[in-house]
Amino acid sequence: MQRIGVFVCWCGSNIAATVDVEKVSQVLAQEPGVVFSTNYQYMCSQAGQEMIQESIHKYQLTGVVICSCSPRMHEATFRKTCEKAGLNAHMVEIANIREQCSWIHKDMATGTEKAVILGRAAIAKVHLNAPLTAGQSPVKKRALVIGGGIAGIQTALDIADAGFDVDIVEKQPTIGGKMTQIDKTFPTLDCAACILTPKMVDAAQHEKIHIYSYAEVEKVKGFVGNFQVTIKKKARYVDETKCTGCGLCTEKCPQKKVPNAFNLGLDNRRAIYIPFAQAVPKIATIDADYCTMLKSGKCGVCSKVCTAGAIDYKQTDTYIEEEYGAIVVATGFNPIKLDKYDEFAYSQSPDVVTSLEFERLMNAAGPTGGTLLRPSDGAHPHTIVFVQCVGSRCDDEKGKPYCSKICCMYTAKHAMLCREKYPDTDVYVFYIDVRTPGKNFDEFYRRAVEEYGVHYIKGMVGKVVPQDGKLKVQASDLLGGSQLHIEADMVVLAAAIEPDETARPLATMLTASMDTNDFFTEAHPKLRPVESPTAGIFLSGACQGPKDIPETVAQASAAAAKVIGLLCKDSLTCNPCTAQPDELMCNGCSSCEKVCPYGAITYADKEFRGPNRTTLLRRVAQVNPAVCQGCGACTVACPSGAMDLKGFSNQQIMAEVDAICR
Amino acid sequence: MQKRLKEKALELLSNCTVTRVLGWKTGEFFYDLTPAVFETAEEVEKEFVYSGFSGANLSKYLIQESRKQGKVAVFLKPCDSYSFQQLLKEHRILRENVYVVGISCNGLLDMEKIRAQGCEGVTAVTEDGDTLTVDTLYGTTKLSRNDCLLERCAVCKSKKIVAFDELIGEQGEELESNRFDRVAELEAMTPEERFAFWREELSRCIRCNACRNVCPACSCEKCVFDNEKSGVRNKAIADSFEENLFHIIRAFHVAGRCTDCGECSRVCPQNIPLHLLNRKFIKDINEFYGVYQAGADMDTKSPLTDFTLDDCEPSIVHERGGVQG
Repeated sequence: MQRIGVFVCWCGSNIAATVDVEKVSQVLAQEPGVVFSTNYQYMCSQAGQEMIQESIHKYQLTGVVICSCSPRMHEATFRKTCEKAGLNAHMVEIANIREQCSWIHKDMATGTEKAVILGRAAIAKVHLNAPLTAGQSPVKKRALVIGGGIAGIQTALDIADAGFDVDIVEKQPTIGGKMTQIDKTFPTLDCAACILTPKMVDAAQHEKIHIYSYAEVEKVKGFVGNFQVTIKKKARYVDETKCTGCGLCTEKCPQKKVPNAFNLGLDNRRAIYIPFAQAVPKIATIDADYCTMLKSGKCGVCSKVCTAGAIDYKQTDTYIEEEYGAIVVATGFNPIKLDKYDEFAYSQSPDVVTSLEFERLMNAAGPTGGTLLRPSDGAHPHTIVFVQCVGSRCDDEKGKPYCSKICCMYTAKHAMLCREKYPDTDVYVFYIDVRTPGKNFDEFYRRAVEEYGVHYIKGMVGKVVPQDGKLKVQASDLLGGSQLHIEADMVVLAAAIEPDETARPLATMLTASMDTNDFFTEAHPKLRPVESPTAGIFLSGACQGPKDIPETVAQASAAAAKVIGLLCKDSLTCNPCTAQPDELMCNGCSSCEKVCPYGAITYADKEFRGPNRTTLLRRVAQVNPAVCQGCGACTVACPSGAMDLKGFSNQQIMAEVDAICR
Repeated sequence: MQKRLKEKALELLSNCTVTRVLGWKTGEFFYDLTPAVFETAEEVEKEFVYSGFSGANLSKYLIQESRKQGKVAVFLKPCDSYSFQQLLKEHRILRENVYVVGISCNGLLDMEKIRAQGCEGVTAVTEDGDTLTVDTLYGTTKLSRNDCLLERCAVCKSKKIVAFDELIGEQGEELESNRFDRVAELEAMTPEERFAFWREELSRCIRCNACRNVCPACSCEKCVFDNEKSGVRNKAIADSFEENLFHIIRAFHVAGRCTDCGECSRVCPQNIPLHLLNRKFIKDINEFYGVYQAGADMDTKSPLTDFTLDDCEPSIVHERGGVQG
């Protein structure tokens, strides 16, 4: 029989206001095995912890139940407290009477009753607890950064500067991400490429950084400190070690009608291409969907002009297996597709563009060489209408419920740049609210209105109709209380941003959680904003939520700091709550082996004593505790119930359920 | 057919291919054939029976038999071969100790259905093509064979023998089966109607455990219901609903591994349509994760112990589960 001590915490008034703590400690004192029960204002305080330790000695406690806040808050605290008093850390159970009780009840009687029940369940479990000892697992001192945009680059640079090896996996042929497509950056209006490309080069030249461009993460196995990752390097049909990036092939390729993805399809490129001049690595890539040679076997021009002999039409996808201690997700964002927003005539007129397309039209390396021209006829637009919140803050199925955060600022930037470069242009911005929190942000917006004379109109555009080479814009001016009809030359839509489509399958691979909008969830919204709840997975940039460049870079460095903190350790304490098969009950059916995500289960043929002095040879499961992470998948897959999880055995859980139902 | 099977059994014993033959012999009545192991030619000659009542699926007995000394021959009908292969997949049968004789099948008979057509005191049933001649104490009746098939045979899913060393008769094909029609009817009920239906059916259960003991998927070294650690063994039931849970728990335990061999319903002395519980699981698995037939091959992973990125999301499962029909 265990000698159990029960400690009921008031948590100031957090618990005590809704739960009669005195009564809870008195009732629980009557439970079998409980030799001491008390309550105290702050159990987690120094005095509270000392009280627990003294009681362990005084009453020779073998188990401790603490009725307090969520185990996520203070389980570690109380385990350490008890360990110092000579008790095994796993003889401590927490009954969560705050988050699961006092905070959700208003009535004292109900709250008290439930607190008693939760305490009873914890006591029932402690009766079946056994001391557990944790092992150690080594940490592979190498990090993987998934996504090579500004977030991934910054994270990789910071980790590498601390002396650890980092691999960047980027699905595009070049790193740089969305920022490479942006013209100028708010609120300083410096050129995006001018501040980004040095970082791209830094990453490429860093001896600790390896870039896998045109590659994707195929498979992830393992756990914090010991991830095994398979990276698929897609065939680019160009030998990366030979290509010099001279670009001759991209000029000679006869297939000229390939929509240029880098310019969002606003112009064409060849079937063999280098996305832009400062691409890193500067290596050509053949677009297999358009290459005549790959499709029909007739052409081979690039191969003939390549002096380095780098073209390899027979190249196939290759797979690289590498081990990492930590993984950083930096998969970024995309503007949403606007096919559901036909009222803005996006699919009807080429002069209705998204903001990112507008960036390309303003950019010196863009399809118009930096001169703002209408895509339809190449004429200079005199009236431009910007529409904000296209798909953002949207309460129907078409769009996203959240604010995309960056649109107010980049629209102000676009409007300002238009007026700056082309003072003869009339610029209208239709907005729901203008949101400009951020250093120097509101000043920036006010400059657009006050100094550059941009017409900001509160209200939404109802309809855009292409007519006679013009765009008839019908909108409401909420402050003026009038309907406006504007004949515009161009309409720019600030499309909402959403996580990249690769994020969800990746989250599944990493067992990292996501919210309903497919943004990665952080371990704690305030206190652990750059970590995933899955140990060893870190979040960098817009994959976690919409954010601008300064914020992305800040988060990228924060994620790097967390990774460095992990990789500095030589070993991690394993979870002692591992799976354990009961060999006498095991059928050897392999169900557990099939569901184990860590490959911790193997089988052995073992001899068992049968009836009448016979010996039976049976196939039974074996768990490697150094590899098992205690996820419990095997315990539910096992048809005979032979697999159990130490610290969370079926018996313990049933005992808790029994105690609750009593 | 019986003659050919007997000859094969004798041949396999006499040429020492096997030391034992797993087949059927007459039980208390001519129509309740029971599985039996034959070790000598004399036993085969005297007792071996194969008839329209050889419904028993012999595959489960191989878990024990394949672990004994010497090789054992077994006769497997198409649906039995699925159970056999599923057990092989679960490493429960030692394949090298088994010689499988696959036998083609045109459906097996259900004595209850013969009785239901007014035949009392049946003394013999002889088959002639599609006609059954039923001798009773009160005279002779002719019945259509199709009207007397076991439920599982009336909606047969496959005539294909998926694992064998040799065949007697023709290899068959997988069939278009309407076996899920009854499940769909149950799905169309309101939750209250469905609950009432199952309460009514399961109220007849006498917990004889025949369903569990005959089920090839229920072959655990120790059943959870017999496990002293489970905390439920040897405990009195609180109410009849708790008793009903036995069947629901059993259906969960065999989900993804049940080949729909229909033995549970065949052996149930209370005629509870237990196979419908398992079929509901199979239908759901087919709809959520793509058509999957347990035991159809050695390689395909059961969707319930496998994970692919294409698996439908829990919310979708929930949505579809929440919709009637």
